[in-house]
Amino acid sequence: MRVNFTVNGRPQEADDVWEGESLLYVLRERLGLPGSKNACEQGECGSCTVRLDGVPVCSCLVAAGQAEGRDVVTVEGLAEYARQRAEHGGCSTGSCGTPGLPGLEGTPAAGTAGASPSLGGADGRPTGGADSHTGEGTELAPIQQAFIDAGAVQCGFCTPGLLVAADEMLERNPNPTDADIREALSGNLCRCTGYEKIMDAVRLAAARQGEAV
Amino acid sequence: MDFLRPASWEEALAAKAEHPTAVPIAGGTDVMVEINFDHRRPEYLLDLNRVGDLYEWEVGEESVRLGASVPYTRIMENLRAELPGLALASHTVASPQIRNRGGVGGNLGTASPAGDAHPALLAAGAEVEAESVRGTRRIPIDDFYTGVKRNALAPDELIRAVHIKKADGPQQYSKVGTRNAMVIAVCAFGLALHPRTRTVRTGIGSAAPTPVRAKTAEEFLNAALEEGGFWDNGKIIAPSVAKQFADLCAAASSPIDDVRGTASYRRHAVGVMARRTLTWTWESYRGARRTAKGAA
Repeated sequence: MRVNFTVNGRPQEADDVWEGESLLYVLRERLGLPGSKNACEQGECGSCTVRLDGVPVCSCLVAAGQAEGRDVVTVEGLAEYARQRAEHGGCSTGSCGTPGLPGLEGTPAAGTAGASPSLGGADGRPTGGADSHTGEGTELAPIQQAFIDAGAVQCGFCTPGLLVAADEMLERNPNPTDADIREALSGNLCRCTGYEKIMDAVRLAAARQGEAV
Repeated sequence: MDFLRPASWEEALAAKAEHPTAVPIAGGTDVMVEINFDHRRPEYLLDLNRVGDLYEWEVGEESVRLGASVPYTRIMENLRAELPGLALASHTVASPQIRNRGGVGGNLGTASPAGDAHPALLAAGAEVEAESVRGTRRIPIDDFYTGVKRNALAPDELIRAVHIKKADGPQQYSKVGTRNAMVIAVCAFGLALHPRTRTVRTGIGSAAPTPVRAKTAEEFLNAALEEGGFWDNGKIIAPSVAKQFADLCAAASSPIDDVRGTASYRRHAVGVMARRTLTWTWESYRGARRTAKGAA
């Protein structure tokens, strides 16, 4: 079957999709967006977390056909999503990050560009040029920068899911307590960090967000 | 496999009538796991995401009509006052990502003995609104669970909503697992005080082939509370009464040994949860009585 939906602000069409296929598979294998990771395939680990109409979900548990006509933001589009949210003064509906703004690819920030592919999830693969769809060539989202600065990335496999989940929490709850952060990230497993640096990163992003306002 | 995408409830019923083997999918948090792991290859997937009514709820005089697809997150955010037991149970479901997709309709459809909502529904009192092209019926929650992952639905029926009695007293929910998130219950317990009818209702999860009420324990406690005038005098429930209640709850379970826990551990844990939830709710009831008196 064919599935039409919006990914990171751009209309996408996936063809020959098997009816039992997950949204995660379509994103990774058909649309060339391998940022969302495939680990447990049962909603346990959160590494495939994306926003579906603004809501964080495990994309491995969304049937591709259920995404028809809907709006998806992956880690590749997180920077652009966060940038638009900042410009429009915050938005919790999830609709603010959707309109594609052509020609707004930012220039890579010095010193962070090298980390961008792994964080952006492009895996260093050629993805057809720098743009806001793949996340290449755009400035990092504040949460991504905070993960780098706090040393919250080790093997990096859980990172895309954590970034999407943490960014959504900070959108809803700009001043989270530690308990709020733990709860918001309770569906994302990390086997490297012991979570302390991840907590540091989210606190850092929250603090920077507060300063910016 | 065919992907059926009804745009309305009527279309969904028609599709289910035409293809009774179609597997309904809403949040997908059970169905997609089975498909991803090749445990299930349904001939038809019946996507209910487009049926907007299923995401709505209405708070009535006596009960809440909860649409089958209302995500757990919404229940926690919006129905904590009316359905405190179910809100607590919802909060124990997996993770935010799962709670954003999954709902009570799916829990009932899957009818796993470990489903988190079941003990809360049993304790509160509920009816499942099932519908087919033949008509609508309301299935009392006590008659809904018919076996391990089996329920009373006919092949052409879909769950449209659940009618849950609004709380008329304190409710509690307790679940045993190895951590706070992403846990399938080792066992779970729901308890609701119903001061209006002067009854207590219970629900046991993951400690029998189906979710069950501890009816003998309820009868014992109802009689003990009545005899001692507890509903009126608001006295502390004697430890011996709480213990007897706990023992009867444990006896009402018929658990198995499995990877998550042994049968004897489960039986013990059900008793502990029964005693604790009784204490918590009763303290809350006494507190509310005192406040009401103080105000009067």
